[in-house]
Amino acid sequence: MRVQWKEKAMRCVFGAAACACILAVLLICFFLFANGLPFFEQVPVLDFLSGEVWRPSSGQFGILPMILGSVYVTAGALILGAPLGILTAVYLARFCSKRMYAVLKPAISLLAGIPSVVYGFFGLTVIVPAVRETLGGFGSSMLAASLLLALMILPTVVLQAEAALRAVPENYYEGSLALGATREASVFRTVVPAAKSGLLAAVILALGRAVGETMAVMMVAGNQARMPSGLLSGIRTLTVNIVMEMGYATDLHRQALMATGVALFVFILLINLLFSALKQKGVKP
Amino acid sequence: MKKKRYLGSAFIRLLCGLCASLTAGALALLVGYILLTGVPHLSASLFSPVYTSENVSLLPALFNTLILTLVSLAVAAPLGVGGAIYLAEYAHRQSKLVKAVRLTAETLCGIPSILYGLFGMMVFVLTLRWGYSLLGGGMTLAVMILPLILRTTEEALLSVPDSYREGSFGLGAGKLRTVVRIVLPSAKGGIAAGLILSIGRVVGETAALIYTAGTVADFPDGLMASGRTLAVHMYVLSGEGLHVGEASATAVTLLAIVAGMNALSALLIQKSAKGENHGKNHR
Repeated sequence: MRVQWKEKAMRCVFGAAACACILAVLLICFFLFANGLPFFEQVPVLDFLSGEVWRPSSGQFGILPMILGSVYVTAGALILGAPLGILTAVYLARFCSKRMYAVLKPAISLLAGIPSVVYGFFGLTVIVPAVRETLGGFGSSMLAASLLLALMILPTVVLQAEAALRAVPENYYEGSLALGATREASVFRTVVPAAKSGLLAAVILALGRAVGETMAVMMVAGNQARMPSGLLSGIRTLTVNIVMEMGYATDLHRQALMATGVALFVFILLINLLFSALKQKGVKP
Repeated sequence: MKKKRYLGSAFIRLLCGLCASLTAGALALLVGYILLTGVPHLSASLFSPVYTSENVSLLPALFNTLILTLVSLAVAAPLGVGGAIYLAEYAHRQSKLVKAVRLTAETLCGIPSILYGLFGMMVFVLTLRWGYSLLGGGMTLAVMILPLILRTTEEALLSVPDSYREGSFGLGAGKLRTVVRIVLPSAKGGIAAGLILSIGRVVGETAALIYTAGTVADFPDGLMASGRTLAVHMYVLSGEGLHVGEASATAVTLLAIVAGMNALSALLIQKSAKGENHGKNHR
């Protein structure tokens, strides 16, 4: 009888612990929206999203420059990082020797664990001066941020893409070989297309990382809150907007930053939705 | 015709190899640069117990990192491990609760750390009026690492062969005893690996801490005091531009800790996977 009671109690305790994640998401949603949405009573949503001027001191709150900043920097990072990462993953999964693999795989896992401030420091002391010396300008720019982010998302893309490629049944590859195709053609004509949605999911995951990255981008992007005007101009992303001004913001300005957080949150939720939809599709072809 | 085809194949293979070496090269450059610039600046004075604005000792930051890690693990580990036990041992795989937990855990994984920082600031700093405090920072990070612990623990529990459970039930043990005495000990390597991985995450975090734990550089008076971790310390130093040498030395320290944690975690996973095969061979 007493044992029965204990079993039931522990079951409830474990069940309650499992609900912690649900509670956390609900709390995050509640606090973000409760603090961010009141701002829209004073500034219409559309003006906020499409306003080209961010000048909190004179009451102008437009985050279009930051939205575009996030979009451009992320796009740049993906253009550079995604093909490189996927081809590296193909090499790891299909072409490289066992000994090579034993060196490369741990190295790339290590790259995934390096803290973003360390990346930022590297960007600040290596990439920014390199951009300044070869292309001119201040160095802190969209290009520097894209380069750094490409490096940062590389391990995510490689590790996820490799897993997707390895999930393709071996007989696809063998079948293609048996039909007389070369190894390389077999990989790129059968294995890669079969892993398509998994590869896309890897890129989307990297996209989420790039949009959400804060400290490293802040250290190299220049952070001017104005419309992006070129590869070498400084830009500010949504994340950087929050972290730069939160320290001293008050009243409406603070609410505007919370609202920026809400906008970022919504973008990230959409990206996550896309990611899990693609992952599900990858599971059952 | 045939020759052209082989040429194309060779080209593609070359391209893949080139990309892989570019990736490896970038990594080598990054790690090499950090080590080369940082190691010469590692000195005894950097670890002195007294922090002054001339000698920016990283010892207080190291201590704060330890405290923050302990706080966040103390909160997140029981919740994560307990929740994983429920998901793996008690719940039906297809139940609505399991689906909801999966979905929310995945959502939490995707939320950027700056949003955790914003959340922590609104809850702990402003609503609960704790101010910038190690406790608030630790709680914020606990929410952040919760899904990681949940997922890794669940994987570890699921990899325990069912025959262990059946054997335990067959000997007359109840569910709880089976979980605590049989399943958890068999999965302890995988669980430890997940916990260590999340320590690595805590040690490297910056954006979520600036507005929750604050940036005070000295030893804290208690859990309710503000304090900067190693990563925040490094960010502040490199932003000021006055102590670049110290910043790079801090980068080395940070890199060593995080890489060590990750290696330890990988080793534990490898070891527990081996142990499992061993068990299978015995059967």
